[in-house]
Amino acid sequence: MKLLLKIWRQPNAATKGKLIGYTLSDVSPDMSFLEMLDVLNQQLIDKNEEPVVFDHDCREGICGACSLQINGRPHGPDFGVTTCQLHMRKFKDGDTIVIEPFRAKAFPVIKDLIVDRSAFDRIQQAGGYISVNTSGNTQDANAIPVNKHDADDAFDAATCIGCGACVAACKNASAMLFTSAKVSQFALLPQGKIEATRRVLNMVQQMDDEGFGNCTNTGACEVECPKGISLENIARMNREYLSASVEG
Amino acid sequence: MALDSKIPAGPLEDKWTNHKNKINLVNPANKRLIDVIVVGTGLAGGSAAATLAELGYNVKAFCFQDSPRRAHSIAAQGGINAAKNYQGDGDSVYRLFYDTVKGGDYRSREANVYRLAEVSANIIDQCVAQGVPFARDYGGLLDNRSFGGVLVSRTFYAKGQTGQQLLLGCYSAMNRQIARGKITMYNRHEMLDVVIVDGKARGIIARDLVTGKIERHSAHAVVLGTGGYGNVFYLSTNAMGSNVTAAWKAHKRGAFFANPCYTQIHPTCIPVSGDHQSKLTLMSESLRNDGRIWVPKNMDDAEAVRKGKLKPTDIPEENRDYYLERRYPAFGNLVPRDVASRAAKERCDAGYGVNATGEAVFLDFAAAIQRYGKEQAHIKGLDENDRSLVTKLGKDVIKAKYGNLFQMYEKIVDQNPYETPMMIYPAVHYTMGGLWVDYNLMTNVKGLYCIGEANFSDHGANRLGASALMQGLADGYFVLPYTIGDYLSNDIRTGKIPTDNPEFDAAEKQVTDLLEKLINNKGKNSVDHYHKKLGKIMWDKVGMARNAEGLKEAIKEIKALREEFWNDVYIPGGENEYNEELAKATRVADFLELGELFAKDALHREESCGGHFREEYQTPEGEALRRPEFQYVAAWEYTGDPSEEILHKEDLEYKNIEVKERSYK
Repeated sequence: MKLLLKIWRQPNAATKGKLIGYTLSDVSPDMSFLEMLDVLNQQLIDKNEEPVVFDHDCREGICGACSLQINGRPHGPDFGVTTCQLHMRKFKDGDTIVIEPFRAKAFPVIKDLIVDRSAFDRIQQAGGYISVNTSGNTQDANAIPVNKHDADDAFDAATCIGCGACVAACKNASAMLFTSAKVSQFALLPQGKIEATRRVLNMVQQMDDEGFGNCTNTGACEVECPKGISLENIARMNREYLSASVEG
Repeated sequence: MALDSKIPAGPLEDKWTNHKNKINLVNPANKRLIDVIVVGTGLAGGSAAATLAELGYNVKAFCFQDSPRRAHSIAAQGGINAAKNYQGDGDSVYRLFYDTVKGGDYRSREANVYRLAEVSANIIDQCVAQGVPFARDYGGLLDNRSFGGVLVSRTFYAKGQTGQQLLLGCYSAMNRQIARGKITMYNRHEMLDVVIVDGKARGIIARDLVTGKIERHSAHAVVLGTGGYGNVFYLSTNAMGSNVTAAWKAHKRGAFFANPCYTQIHPTCIPVSGDHQSKLTLMSESLRNDGRIWVPKNMDDAEAVRKGKLKPTDIPEENRDYYLERRYPAFGNLVPRDVASRAAKERCDAGYGVNATGEAVFLDFAAAIQRYGKEQAHIKGLDENDRSLVTKLGKDVIKAKYGNLFQMYEKIVDQNPYETPMMIYPAVHYTMGGLWVDYNLMTNVKGLYCIGEANFSDHGANRLGASALMQGLADGYFVLPYTIGDYLSNDIRTGKIPTDNPEFDAAEKQVTDLLEKLINNKGKNSVDHYHKKLGKIMWDKVGMARNAEGLKEAIKEIKALREEFWNDVYIPGGENEYNEELAKATRVADFLELGELFAKDALHREESCGGHFREEYQTPEGEALRRPEFQYVAAWEYTGDPSEEILHKEDLEYKNIEVKERSYK
């Protein structure tokens, strides 16, 4: 395949960026999208030019490092995958592909296609945990049975990889899907219940402080989420928040 | 220098308890005066950082990723072992210990492995308390499954994403400590040297990967939890950033590197598709619980399948060779990873491979789909002879168990594994070698600790499934937090460690000189060019099967490649900015040294065991031939050149277990 790539190049956070065009031929349909970029980078280096930088690591769709807005969609045109799992067979010979970083006020660009997603860490630090001592003196794991449906729902919420596609897909750059997935995981488990009130209030507060927008129930986040995190989590978080606000 | 493993005296089952009772403690008020650096935030580093902070130490944690949550432990799929015996199928601490020592081909330390088995049950309790959503049955209790090399169901899991859930558990524990101010987190930072003052590890030199700034960080002790070095092969199941740099730099500062040649080749990975390939993807070993592995019995069929003229589903049952079930009736498809990998290679080398390159075997779920489907039909009172109904019900069961793995396979290969067998082939996965540590997990450099995959200690020459997660969390949550206190109790009067002394000056200068040399080299080849060449040498001559001639060639070739790298590598961009090529170059430079030691270790070890298979040492049936005179840990001392390293031996004694021929037949 032969492709025209229009890629966002930005040397650092302080410099303005722009789209630059590159043509690339001999792209195999079996390559992943990131391997296609590897091939481009090899060609750039061979010409003594600077390669395009992008976040990536496990390349198995689980670490959440890869990002990329591809033709206007987080992680590109395929459903339920990260960019590293997107394969070139989803494109056609002669296609033009526009590649940009995830855009959000709370995700400042570091360089080229890399953005700073540490706001997600700070939301977690505001309460996305259970306050248990890591001493090993906890009770037997089977002492509190957990309803299988609750355990499965908690697992489904916990599969969020924190990639930020939900934020990039949202017209308000809202982090509600991410935050609600974490709130849900703990709200569904008996172990997390005791701190639920404080957790949801603090995490929502932090989310707002980071500059993420609000949710207007458009649902783009759920559509673009590579892990299929459900909007139901947002509904659950809203319920938790409301009752916490009344209690609080 | 003699290696002192510091194994406590007394009966095996009391060693750890007695040791904990006798070692020195640090008063809680004094812990505030002590700083600890933890490099790496996977299951080992992350759990250690959280627990040390919980205890009251000031922790500085470093990771090269943008968040600790992205450490490669997150990719582990299948599960974590624990001797809970919830299933009542005969499991016990002793049996987990026994399976692990035997699975490691009698090349691991008894006392360490026993301790691992002993604390395994605590890990599950701890993780459940942290909100890790393990699989549960309808009674609300935890579910278990079985893994290779084992005859009991002791593996706890969260679908095929167990590593992710465990890592998020310890990441949340870290977050709690970051919020309390007890952990200072340094994301996108890479450790480039360890600083030794008066014979003790007292800090590190790190590079901020965003600004390129070189930083000095001091502490009373340094803990490395930096994972394995499988990326020396270029293609492996490791994340792209996984590297050996921290451990190798520690090695160059005096820490011994043990058993570098012990590499686990994982039997169930997606085969290589072309030259563009950047890495390999693993399919969880848990698939072998239900998947049957086969190749065509007839060479003609194999060839027709390779050419696409015959579909695997066209080959009738009697023309399939379920070679693992045939050769190993007792364990069947659940033989340990080294055995399964070599058996697949043997069949493919003999010409029975099933993909275009002839390097793949089938992993088939058709029988399991029928079996589960019939069971479901029976439970639901439906017609067990309705084939399409049974197939549908069976697929649902398989989907519930392995759905995400099947989806991953389909995305990569573009084939539906519910309809046609998966194709799999062995790939480099986990490295059992690493920095030598004593029973306290301290390297032979005082105050320098090494935990998880980065050390050599628990898996011997092969690693059983679901044991890496167990070791990472055991070391980080339950072992190191005790043993490090014994060392740090001597440091309560030391005060802050300064960073303006000659040792820090020298280490920093060495790092900046190295970076400048790389950036000013202006050669003609990219970093990847060298990494791929190194990987090819390693796979061809130091891979799944090795011989003396090939290893000698590999040593020469790696040496020449290293020289070429330093003369001719080209790094674009500058030093004081985000420069991924520069970061990669420092890692590949270290791989080019480690690779040679790796081959040297493989050459000296004239036996076959676990992940180390020397073609000269095999039984007539093609099984690994162990030799008793090699029953030791090979710990290498750096002297300035990988080929000049000095071998030290720690003899391994088995007092509680009989060393037998490892048989899975």
